[in-house]
Amino acid sequence: MRPFTYERATDARAAVAAASSAGAKFISGGTNLLDLMKLEIERPTHLVDISRLPLKDIEELQDGGLRIGAQAANSDVAADHRVRTRYPVLTLALVAGASGQLRNKASVGGNLLQRTRCPYFYDTAAGCNKREPGSGCSAIGGFNRIHAILGASDACIATHPSDMAVAMTALDAQIELLGADQTLRRVALVDFHRLPGNTPHIETVLRPGEMITAVVLPPPPPGRQLYRKVRDRASYAFALVSVAAIVAAERGTITAARVAFGGVAHKPWRGTEAEAALIGRPASDATFRAAADAAFAQAVGRGHNDFKIELAKRTLYRTLAQATQAQ
Amino acid sequence: MSNVVDTKNADIAAKTTQIALTINGHVRRLELDPRTSLLDALREDLHLTGTKKGCDHGQCGACTVLINARRINSCLTLAVMHEDDDIVTIEGLGSPGALHPLQAAFVERDAFQCGYCTPGQICSAVGMLAEAKAGWPSHATADVAAQSTTLTETEIRERMSGNICRCAAYPNIVAAIRDIVEGRR
Repeated sequence: MRPFTYERATDARAAVAAASSAGAKFISGGTNLLDLMKLEIERPTHLVDISRLPLKDIEELQDGGLRIGAQAANSDVAADHRVRTRYPVLTLALVAGASGQLRNKASVGGNLLQRTRCPYFYDTAAGCNKREPGSGCSAIGGFNRIHAILGASDACIATHPSDMAVAMTALDAQIELLGADQTLRRVALVDFHRLPGNTPHIETVLRPGEMITAVVLPPPPPGRQLYRKVRDRASYAFALVSVAAIVAAERGTITAARVAFGGVAHKPWRGTEAEAALIGRPASDATFRAAADAAFAQAVGRGHNDFKIELAKRTLYRTLAQATQAQ
Repeated sequence: MSNVVDTKNADIAAKTTQIALTINGHVRRLELDPRTSLLDALREDLHLTGTKKGCDHGQCGACTVLINARRINSCLTLAVMHEDDDIVTIEGLGSPGALHPLQAAFVERDAFQCGYCTPGQICSAVGMLAEAKAGWPSHATADVAAQSTTLTETEIRERMSGNICRCAAYPNIVAAIRDIVEGRR
């Protein structure tokens, strides 16, 4: 690990000021950052510890929504009674991710900012445009079983590893950001992460020094909320494919549908094509198949990950069938 | 680690910092390189070697300790981040003459072979039981909105999945934890 200086931020305003200098980085749970620092993939020269800032609360909003402080632990969000009863898809996604120990440490903000688990990103001997811009993508033509099938580029086919962010994407979450100039702004989660394009090392729309202060959930949408995750072992593994679905049906007709996918793209992927293929249609096998086909019409396999296209379709199909059962 | 001369970030001297950590009820003063993980501080500086280093990347759980009664991986956190926290390691749970009930259950059930993962398993189980008592749901919970949870074998296995046992003593680890859950100890 490279040397760095450390400071504990006393308030949010001081934190963004301290993190605006070159080489500075926020640290919160540290579960991903320290792992990457040990491998010298992340090389901050100054760490600003924001884990003790008073940004841990989960608050009710007047419109019926919920504001989740960015420093809340993943486990606290998953266990929150309001989340469990009104946003169960979020609890389901959170408890499907990582381990008990990691969820106790990982913050909500840090979860959104975690880096890909592409093995070439971790392998400092390999080319990786995300880790070292211009060094090529070793996953293209390489071992790419876990890689993206939607929205990838010739520069990068890595996926975003979060489960939590997939549920939040289906819930239309907004991210609250405090800038280095001390102004607050809100960004829709679907616009927060970027597609790789030619700059896969730039992963979000965060500005230098900007800090995530909260995730804002609008009031819960109608319908049953489900999260289904497919992975190589039964627990404590990243998703090959995951689906967050919120579906309402009345008298056999789908009246509302939200769909998001994990493990398929450089960002949590909102399935707008699938949603359009569901709303107003009968809750039937044919509809679910059409939605799955629509969702992955643009999907591109890279060899080892070709199976993910069919796997993702089937995972969506199964989730939709379950969501509309006896409703 | 603090003695290594790093030529890459030579402009930042590997300066040490003085901190105080509360471990197993005792305040311990340390002078550390900020890079020191809590795990290395425990083992290398304080010689509390009960906490084990397995993967050092948060994948095996051997380094699990309790911070403010919650289980975490001590390899993935910096010691300097834990001033004012209450840190409990396996040495603080019990001693050879006065075993923690989980330690006694592990011995009775032969819940290990090599024993390397055991301190992490036990610290993790202590944290896990508190989480279940507080009604926290898991991936194995059928209804996450339910206020309470029953620790079935499936629940225990899911909740303990962050602790790997290379000897695969899992059946006996689960049996030991069930002894506590079901009041046999």
